[in-house]
Amino acid sequence: MSETYQLRCRECGKFWGNTPKSFCEECFSPLEVAYDYDALKKIARKENLASRDFNMWRYSELLPLPEGFVAPNSAGGTPLVAARHLAKNLGVKNLYVKNDAVCFPSLSFKDRVVATALAAARRFEFRTVGCSSTGNLANAVAAQSAQQGFDACVFIPADLEPAKILNTAVYGARIVRINGNYDHVNRLCAQIADRFQWGLVNVNLRPYYAEGSKTHGYEIAEQLGWTLPDNVVVPMAGGSLIGKIAKAFRELVLLGWVKEKPVKFFGAQATGCSPISSAVKNGLKRFDPQKPNTIARSLAIGNPADGNYASELIRTSGGWADDVSDPEIVDAIQLLAETEGIFGETAAGVTVGVTKKLIHAGRIGANETTVVCVTGNGLKTTDAIVSEYPLTEAIAPRLDAFEAYLDAQIGASAAAAKV
Amino acid sequence: MPVTIEIPTAFRKFTDDAPKYSCSATTVAEALAALTRQFPGLGKHVRDDQGQIRQFLNVYLNEEDIRFLGGEACEVKDGDRVLLVPSIAGGSN
Repeated sequence: MSETYQLRCRECGKFWGNTPKSFCEECFSPLEVAYDYDALKKIARKENLASRDFNMWRYSELLPLPEGFVAPNSAGGTPLVAARHLAKNLGVKNLYVKNDAVCFPSLSFKDRVVATALAAARRFEFRTVGCSSTGNLANAVAAQSAQQGFDACVFIPADLEPAKILNTAVYGARIVRINGNYDHVNRLCAQIADRFQWGLVNVNLRPYYAEGSKTHGYEIAEQLGWTLPDNVVVPMAGGSLIGKIAKAFRELVLLGWVKEKPVKFFGAQATGCSPISSAVKNGLKRFDPQKPNTIARSLAIGNPADGNYASELIRTSGGWADDVSDPEIVDAIQLLAETEGIFGETAAGVTVGVTKKLIHAGRIGANETTVVCVTGNGLKTTDAIVSEYPLTEAIAPRLDAFEAYLDAQIGASAAAAKV
Repeated sequence: MPVTIEIPTAFRKFTDDAPKYSCSATTVAEALAALTRQFPGLGKHVRDDQGQIRQFLNVYLNEEDIRFLGGEACEVKDGDRVLLVPSIAGGSN
């Protein structure tokens, strides 16, 4: 191949060059980006990273970017937090949180995938870009389209959280609300991509889009000192991210940047939308689609595009998948915030809640290195927890009023606090 | 019962560019059988070697995924639309 990458059919293996297409026109199976790793070994060098900023573009050679590409922003480069307090609470030793709640510009890991999708959109000369979205992706498409001068048109389920709608509208994107769930929106977008010459990032640009997720995995390995963890716990909506983290780790091994080791992949879903975790737990080769009903709306995909690939990866890696109820999600959001100072969205509650379950079930060992992937910011889903924090009564701006308040709140011990 | 099958662009090379096909059927399975009889080149793209609807092809009856309607045996009525939509997945290997 003249470039280091091109599209290849996941099932029949046919190559398609580089084109805005997501499925093979021979066998209608999904396309993915395949690389010429021999060529990559010559141009991608770990030592080159030292002089580069810490964001997703430091791994540019490993991404499907057009020739002459100039990084338009500083997406990625998020902290890997050694979560000592959370670890202690859960009874393990080496727990890390990969914190994409602070991914720029729109505060979720979707900034990574949109970044590579828009690079492809520019290459294919689309003027209008868009997506079907449960919220975070719409935010990222709108923000980065504003940055880069694309017209944006996003499609969302009508009942999405108000904060997520606002966080898209503010960038000037056209928002089309659909009466239906995400799966209805996604089906409509497949038909729109068939009819219009638009770059829909997770439809006809999906192979390029999905590659951006790999940078979440590259960063984990680099931040662990170029080693791989024993376990990764990943939230699953469409089921793509977990596979791309695995691909990132495989590539780093192939390039000789990390030593090969077995990594167990664990998938997390909400019980109210758990087609992939149900497939894993019941040993199904194909998942059964579900009608979502959960507060974790960013994970509410009942017909996950990569669901079967995700469950196969989980099984073959020796990992597991589990799911948590809405009350458990809220508890876990609070646990993460109170132990680590990280306010994650409902999907983070899902991931932390499932991590807790996996540890208690003995599927994650106390001495193993485990990375929990937090993929979105809690400020976007405040409606899910607002009822946990009723406003307290206001007091007069006087010291005696505060003392009376303390007495009422904590009784006798207030006296000690005064001294 | 006359029903209409809507055909995605990628399938139309097998249907002489026809975007729709109308046929008489009492179930989705019968409608698909009529479609692939009319356009034999589509057959192997609709069903796999075991005769199952392909993993990456979603079939809808009007607004609903047929997997929520009991599968391809679900009944169709006069004027129903059957949609074929290739599934969109990324893959990882």
